[in-house]
Amino acid sequence: MRILCAALAASLAITAASAAATLDTVRQRGALVCGVSQGLAGFSNPDAQGRWTGLDTDICRAVASAVLGDAKKARFVPLSSKESFTALQSGAVDMLTRNTTWTQTRDTALGLNFVATIFYDGQGFMVRRGVGVDSAEQLDGATVCVNAGTTTELNLADYFRARKMRYTPVVFEKSDEVLAAYQAGRCDAYTTDQSGLYAQRLKLQDRNAHTILPDVISKEPLGPVVRQGDDAWFDIVRWTVFALINAEELGVGQTNVDGMRTASADPRIRRLLGADGRAGANMGLDAEWALRAIRQVGNYGELFDRHLGKASPLMIDRGMNRLWNKGGLLYAPPIR
Amino acid sequence: MRRRSADGHAPAAFLWQALILIAVLAGGAALVFNTLDNLAARGISSGFGFLDDAAGFGVTMSLIPFDETASFARAFVVGLLNTLLVSVLGVALATVLGVAVGLARLSPNWLLARIAGAYVETLRNIPLLLQIFFWYFAVLRTLPAPRGSYALGEVAFLNNRGLYLAWPEAAAGWALAIGLCAAVAVAWSLRRGRRGPAAGAALVTLAALGWVFSAAAWERPQLAGFNFTGGVTLIPEFVALVVALSTYTAAFIAEIVRAGVQAVPKGQVEAADALGLNPAQKLRFVIAPQALRVIVPPLTSQYLNLTKNSSLAAAIAYPDLVSVFAGTVLNITGQAIEVIAITMAVYLSISLGIAALMGGYNRAFALRGAAS
Ligand SMILES: N[C@@H](CCC(=O)N[C@@H](CS)C(=O)NCC(=O)O)C(=O)O
Repeated sequence: MRILCAALAASLAITAASAAATLDTVRQRGALVCGVSQGLAGFSNPDAQGRWTGLDTDICRAVASAVLGDAKKARFVPLSSKESFTALQSGAVDMLTRNTTWTQTRDTALGLNFVATIFYDGQGFMVRRGVGVDSAEQLDGATVCVNAGTTTELNLADYFRARKMRYTPVVFEKSDEVLAAYQAGRCDAYTTDQSGLYAQRLKLQDRNAHTILPDVISKEPLGPVVRQGDDAWFDIVRWTVFALINAEELGVGQTNVDGMRTASADPRIRRLLGADGRAGANMGLDAEWALRAIRQVGNYGELFDRHLGKASPLMIDRGMNRLWNKGGLLYAPPIR
Repeated sequence: MRRRSADGHAPAAFLWQALILIAVLAGGAALVFNTLDNLAARGISSGFGFLDDAAGFGVTMSLIPFDETASFARAFVVGLLNTLLVSVLGVALATVLGVAVGLARLSPNWLLARIAGAYVETLRNIPLLLQIFFWYFAVLRTLPAPRGSYALGEVAFLNNRGLYLAWPEAAAGWALAIGLCAAVAVAWSLRRGRRGPAAGAALVTLAALGWVFSAAAWERPQLAGFNFTGGVTLIPEFVALVVALSTYTAAFIAEIVRAGVQAVPKGQVEAADALGLNPAQKLRFVIAPQALRVIVPPLTSQYLNLTKNSSLAAAIAYPDLVSVFAGTVLNITGQAIEVIAITMAVYLSISLGIAALMGGYNRAFALRGAAS
């Protein structure tokens, strides 16, 4: 039944969907629809009140406030990794903010475009403490639990093949089942993006009995995805992300943004916040697009701390995700 | 009066049917071409060329040799065989269990009938996916880790990674097959009352089996590193799926069997009693032939349901067609339309195949029954 629905949705939508500009569609609807994960702490996860929280969901909210003026106009559709690309292609969502890894095939063969990297990640392994494994190199012959339809599944195969090591993959559709099976002892190791491992480990009662191995076996640049062929929409999402990163670099945050708007003499800040220049108008938006996004959700650093870093239960080190001038990889082109 | 063709249809009706067929085909073709155009316009790859590319992923269970260097086409075959395996096994077990429960429900023994009734009401009212998860995690949680495996001598080991069995090596495998075939021949010859051929076949069976179990090389599972290797493995996903599918479908089959038996006129049963047939003879010669005609059509749809339901496998990591092909392969290649089209075609073919088989069986029975 699900197969049938997916196929019908895909073929009907691809046959019939008009090439209407996403920006117009979003404005007419009065809401921005983002595809997110089915629940991954730190990225997109419904809290006790059913409100979605996380870095990915806040990126979606930032775009909603830039485009529609209100972060509350973001709507979320939980998707498995497997469904996510079809959902975007068919127009069921306006963009994906679903911890999705930017790869060549996904970027070129699916009719999609990756917008920017909002989190530099890498694949890792979690194992039980006390089984005598402290490096991934010792996993020869191991049974490994993994999520279906992910880059993870493929990197896993590459890693073992390159080292002539044997392994048995056990492939589930949802992270909940991956975790449950790992917990029940079905697998020797659980593999996914390192951030995902930290998030999933929080759900284990005996979390201290599990350790995340130091090996990082892949590059997982995670970021939002839009449909190919709508450059205007691509620009809007991309520059909203860049605005949040530039805001951190310029010291503009959620609490001081309104003061900066009136008081700052720094031309870079004045352009970012719409006091000078035509940044918004160039994209078909008003002058305060970035100002609103920063006011309503915060700059990149604030998002990171809130959801993944020191103010979050995940306590992930900023590592590669520091700004370029602090030793990291985050580098947003200037707004001018 | 209109002229009619040999099988009683007016020529005009043929014309209309032909026109409708052409319209449907044209509509289908337009849809396909339109989709292809749109795919190209959106920069989405299409075509079936991807099937030859290297898969690059591994699977937990495969009936044919498969590794990361095999093609997507081979991954498709792996998934297909795994689907067929659970379906065939599920259908067989569900039928046996379903018939047993259905007959038990009609038993004059109050307790037995009640237990069978409770079975049916419980299993058919709980969503199948929940039952699959129940069996899966029930299996996983009760079994020990590899190091604490339950062992039966040196030939069988049971742990939360599966059941590991010693298995005869290739030559012995063939001998085993020959032995089993010869055994079937024995049974067949005996039924026909031919003693000579039966004795010959029996000798072959004994020789083949004797060799396999005494002299042939067996591959024994061995604990190495994380787990056992060697021999054959029944993975927990497979066991959980087969158990869940067959116990669930058996509940429906039981009801069908009960209805079929109850549909046999009371007079027939009384006549059988009057003739002095014992219960087994009564079932075999009087009830079963008449009940089967009522049972087979709805049974067919239960078999179809079981096969389609086997696609829930993906939820518990059993590598069936949906999990391997419509899952992993789709994700790697991104060619949703091709992959889904192939997958749907497979399920459709399996279903039509089952329907055709059962239809043939049903016709054979209907002919031999009362000329109504
Ligand atoms: N980044 C990888 C993996 C993404 C992924 O699916 N990760 C899992 C585990 S960290 C997840 O998001 N699970 C949540 C869900 O099942 O929706 C990819 O793009 O393929």
